Amino acid sequence: MNTNTTDTVKQTLFVDGRELPINGERNVLEMARKAGIDIPTFCYHSELSVYGACRLCLVEIEGRGIQASCSVAPEPGMRLRTNTKKVRDIRKISIELLLANHDMTCPTCSRSATCRLRELAERMGIDKVRYKPIERKAPLDHSSLALVRDPNKCVLCGDCVRACHELQGVGAIDFAFRGADSAVLPAFNQDLAEVECVNCGLCASVCPTGALTPRPEMEEVWADLDNPNKIVVAQMAPAVRVGLGEYFGMEPGSITTGQAVAALKAIGFDKVYDTSFAADMTVLEEGEEFLDRFKNQGVLPLFTSCCPAWVKYAEQYHHELLPHLSSCKSPQQMFGAVARKVLPKVMDMKGKELVVVSVMPCTAKKYEAKQEKFIHDGVPEVNHVITTAELGLMLRQCGLQLADLEPAAFDKHISFKTGAGVLFGVTGGVTEAVLRYAVEQVQGKPLEDVDFREVRGEKGLREATVTVDGIELRLAIVNGLAQAAAVIESIKNGTCAYHLVEVMACPGGCVAGAGQPHTFNPAARQMRTRAIYDNDKMLDYQKSQDNPELIKCYADHFDGVGGHTAHETLHTEYTHRKRLHEIDIALQEGESKGTLPIQVCVGTNCFLNGSQDLLKKLMHHVDQQGLTDQVSITATFCMENCGKSPNVRVGATHLEACTFEAACRSLEEQLGSKAL
Amino acid sequence: MNTSVMTDRPGLKEASDIFQQRISRVEHRIVICAGTGCVAGGALAVRDAFVRELTALGLEVATNLHADGALDSDKPISVYLSKSGCQGFCQMGPLVTLEPEGILYTRVTPEDVPEIVDVSLVKKSVVERLLYRHPQTGEQCKGKDTIPFYQRQERRVLKECGMLDPGDLYEYINHGGYEAARRALCDISDADICNEILQSGLRGRGGGGFPTGRKWDLTRIQPGDQKYVICNGDEGDPGAFMDRSVMEGNPHAVIEGMVIAAKAIGAQEGYIYVRMEYPLAIRRLQEAMDQAREFGALGENIFNSGFSFELHIMEGAGAFVCGEETALIASIEGKRGMPMPKPPFPAQSGLWGKPTLINNVETLASVPLILRYGPEQFRAQGTEKSPGTKTFALTGHVANTGLIEVPFGATLREIVYEIGGGVTDNAGNVTDRPFKAVQIGGPSGGCLVAEHLDLPLDFDSLGSVGAMVGSGGLVVMNDQTCMISVARFFMQFARNESCGKCVLCREGTRQMLALLDDIIAGEGTLETLEILEQTAEAVKIGSLCGLGKTAPNPVLSTLRYFRKEYEAHVIDKHCPAGVCPALCTPVIIDELCTGCGLCKRKCPVEAISGERKEVHHIDQEKCIKCGVCLESCRFDAIVQGAAQ
Repeated sequence: MNTNTTDTVKQTLFVDGRELPINGERNVLEMARKAGIDIPTFCYHSELSVYGACRLCLVEIEGRGIQASCSVAPEPGMRLRTNTKKVRDIRKISIELLLANHDMTCPTCSRSATCRLRELAERMGIDKVRYKPIERKAPLDHSSLALVRDPNKCVLCGDCVRACHELQGVGAIDFAFRGADSAVLPAFNQDLAEVECVNCGLCASVCPTGALTPRPEMEEVWADLDNPNKIVVAQMAPAVRVGLGEYFGMEPGSITTGQAVAALKAIGFDKVYDTSFAADMTVLEEGEEFLDRFKNQGVLPLFTSCCPAWVKYAEQYHHELLPHLSSCKSPQQMFGAVARKVLPKVMDMKGKELVVVSVMPCTAKKYEAKQEKFIHDGVPEVNHVITTAELGLMLRQCGLQLADLEPAAFDKHISFKTGAGVLFGVTGGVTEAVLRYAVEQVQGKPLEDVDFREVRGEKGLREATVTVDGIELRLAIVNGLAQAAAVIESIKNGTCAYHLVEVMACPGGCVAGAGQPHTFNPAARQMRTRAIYDNDKMLDYQKSQDNPELIKCYADHFDGVGGHTAHETLHTEYTHRKRLHEIDIALQEGESKGTLPIQVCVGTNCFLNGSQDLLKKLMHHVDQQGLTDQVSITATFCMENCGKSPNVRVGATHLEACTFEAACRSLEEQLGSKAL
Repeated sequence: MNTSVMTDRPGLKEASDIFQQRISRVEHRIVICAGTGCVAGGALAVRDAFVRELTALGLEVATNLHADGALDSDKPISVYLSKSGCQGFCQMGPLVTLEPEGILYTRVTPEDVPEIVDVSLVKKSVVERLLYRHPQTGEQCKGKDTIPFYQRQERRVLKECGMLDPGDLYEYINHGGYEAARRALCDISDADICNEILQSGLRGRGGGGFPTGRKWDLTRIQPGDQKYVICNGDEGDPGAFMDRSVMEGNPHAVIEGMVIAAKAIGAQEGYIYVRMEYPLAIRRLQEAMDQAREFGALGENIFNSGFSFELHIMEGAGAFVCGEETALIASIEGKRGMPMPKPPFPAQSGLWGKPTLINNVETLASVPLILRYGPEQFRAQGTEKSPGTKTFALTGHVANTGLIEVPFGATLREIVYEIGGGVTDNAGNVTDRPFKAVQIGGPSGGCLVAEHLDLPLDFDSLGSVGAMVGSGGLVVMNDQTCMISVARFFMQFARNESCGKCVLCREGTRQMLALLDDIIAGEGTLETLEILEQTAEAVKIGSLCGLGKTAPNPVLSTLRYFRKEYEAHVIDKHCPAGVCPALCTPVIIDELCTGCGLCKRKCPVEAISGERKEVHHIDQEKCIKCGVCLESCRFDAIVQGAAQ
């Protein structure tokens, strides 16, 4: 194994005859890539564990034969060759084998232009597949609000499985079956919407083909744009302005705010606004909430709530921590709510219906916008969510080139933003924005240096302490949900020292969201991040509290930050989602109205303690007593009272450690009282 | 632990004495083979019949030498009815051995029991009809020492399997059992143990043949307090049952081997990974572990040495790939059984990320023998680079099938013609049918042909001809075997058992199977052969784990030795062995046809025409190549002809 010695002697190895220094690379694949040799891979990602399944990265190592370069640690003096005939032949056969087992409907695949398989087939010069094509006809999974799963395009590289498990700590999909029948599936082949997928879309980001793709909403947007009875407005998230350019071949991190606004106008949006305005609003609301909790010994640490994937994660796995979540809506939903409140007052709606469309770097935002709690009297705060890449495609459909467009300005009233609002696009950005507000509030005088470099960076879990007037603010910044585990554990065991914890699901934050244009450039994320920080500098104001349009908005439409109106419009509540579904099994249904429900828990613990027998006896009893008409019996999923199993509910009465006799007694009592 | 309890336990010497004292009172011992084969053949019913019959005669019968009470007297025991592990000659089971007479009765049924008791125990004679009869000479063999199947073997690891009662710890100890473990724990250093194993030249019996002593020493020198020993009992090759027999028949040898290994590398915990399809092995191992723990040979402070070792059984779900060590480890950890790239090797980072020693059942069962009798004696058998003996599961077209053990270096000729009793026809009779090939090493192995009959079987010489010892399956094939069909059989197995992780194995085995299907269906061309060979090479070199790397071996070795047969399939559209229906064009030889009309009546598609007593004719357009006419002709007038 490779150990990094601190010897001053430079250690080297040879790649295709070139001597290269060993600088702590994990494997020889990384070394070759550093040397500019793009060894092909499907299953290698520097942020994921080494998997060794695609066999494309094979190289010939002197004395060791053909090896997968991802699995070989660099050793001094090693000599490897990356393009021998043998290596080329095996790579070609691997690609040919994959193509034989691929649903080659390429022209109609949304990943056609960014498909790794297609690219490698071309690179390897494959002009014919000599194997018999394998017909794949698995149904597509359209259940998710955020993603589409097409099993027929899966090459089983496992990138999605590892990303979901290793980076997000979710594991919503995994391998099932063996050998040629292998497939990547949600548990028990349920629909993606039925399992604990948090909609982050990381799986789609790492997918080399079109097996997992963001769910498109373009057609719905086109339909509304074409509808003369609708006024369609767009909001554009901070990260979009540093991502969209890549779709048109620009360098990652090109800032294209003005062109993007012009583009949206060009394809028919009536008004275009900046989500960063709502982000500034979030800073004030969340900042106030934080200071209130901080000063009044409220529930701390406070978790940010901008990332819908994180919110669903918390709702699913840690419902006891929900009081820690900021009650603030995410900037997307705040914008939607504010737009619906403000726009009809400040513009002439001509009796038309207002449609709010978000352009987001994110797939989870698609899911968020469709939550019941964000739909009021049938009107959603945000109607449609398209991704950065979808916007790019819409422009291309119209034959527009982003670079050719004359930059345009956002529309007024709810668009003006500060640098703090733009920072929401990167990991640590929400924390920095809130600090720019909270520190000024705590110290009671204007903040001079607005840069909090201690919260910036790339690490999955970062800690920082900011001292203001002798008061310590202890912060944690998480990107990648798996990294939240340590913080959550510390809260549960009472050792948590943080006051504020920012969580974003995507490593790197929203700039690297699954809605951004697909890229194989590992440096793209850093370049987009840099652009966000540059954009912060370029703006007139850096602190949300200085945003003049925001101040006016509060004055005209709200009763102050954190006030009653603000609470009604800008805050929300969370749902306990530990149970994805409550499917009770109806075993016997009474016919008369107002039957008495009997629920018997058949969860594992109750089952082991005899609930199944109890259920049978009860059904028999009801039948014998001729009560079938008056009661309905259901078997339920775990009642979460396993310590006192078996659990039975008769009407509203919960019977713990229930016996047959106790259940009968309760049944008689309740039926008796009903009869009276 | 309470030391007074410790001193209450008998030591190895006492246990041995107790067994001696009890067995010396036994007048007759009837050993009933209770291996899976014999049990399936009704061995337990035979045993019950013996109990009934002997009790009815008023004889003192014991089925357990160590039962409480009555046996502690000095009273003689007329008959001790004991079970043994697999004796290897499964084809002839259920097997019943009478001691001290040394009579072996074969294919015994409960109905035979009264006669055996009457003739052999009462009248002191032999039931001749139940003796093994030499298939060619018809000569009767009274005991194992006169049966060629046993005579030509060198049973070391399997020796105790067929003799001892696997449920009797004291009998194992009386045979010298656990002395090696005691010595390893109390008398010699960890490095010395590794050294003795290294000296013996023992190589892994699971297929790879890596020097066991080196593996042990590599694991021993890894830093860390927490290490594991794993016994790989996931024997998955179709037809192989060597490991199962050892676990069933001599579970204490496996446990003792593991205790020694644990001491050598410094592990406190171990797992025996057994497939769930081996319920008897699991039960016998569990019982043996309980006995060993109670005796103080396993668990806390073994033999008062201060060394503790705990052992668990992990039941596998039967995936072939879990025999691959990294997949096996993943399976124990509760993960999907898929291999991981190596390095890191298990010795560096194995179970739960800790240094782990993983050895095959047969390897571990060999360990006590080495420490008991010394490395020199181990080396006395076998060849210079492959010392010792190897068990094989012998099957296919040979007269005697079953479990055998021979020294490395034995030739195929010895195994096929002496132990196996010669090549048989498809009906199982030894005729003059020529030997065609053996498939050695199961789906990972390759074939050996007539030119290899005198090749010494060992790790290196097998490797040099494109085959491998593998886990030890030996399938003998006569000339009526189509090698393409054989390759297809193993390829289908590999395709089904591939874990699906790496592209080359998952897709490659699937496509190789499709290509073989094409050839068998008569749709192959020379290009098919070319693609097949290229794919096989790529899968062999490029796959992630041993399963994939060896899966193409049956294809590659049949291509190497039987290319003409492949070419006949794709060029002449003819299966020389007459096996592939699509390539078996029946042709009537005019001179031999008597015009009896039988074939005409049997033909399901009315493809045969001809007047009575006249030469018949087959309409090749109508013929579906089902082969019924070939089977029906009583004059051998219909033969496989090449396609037109």
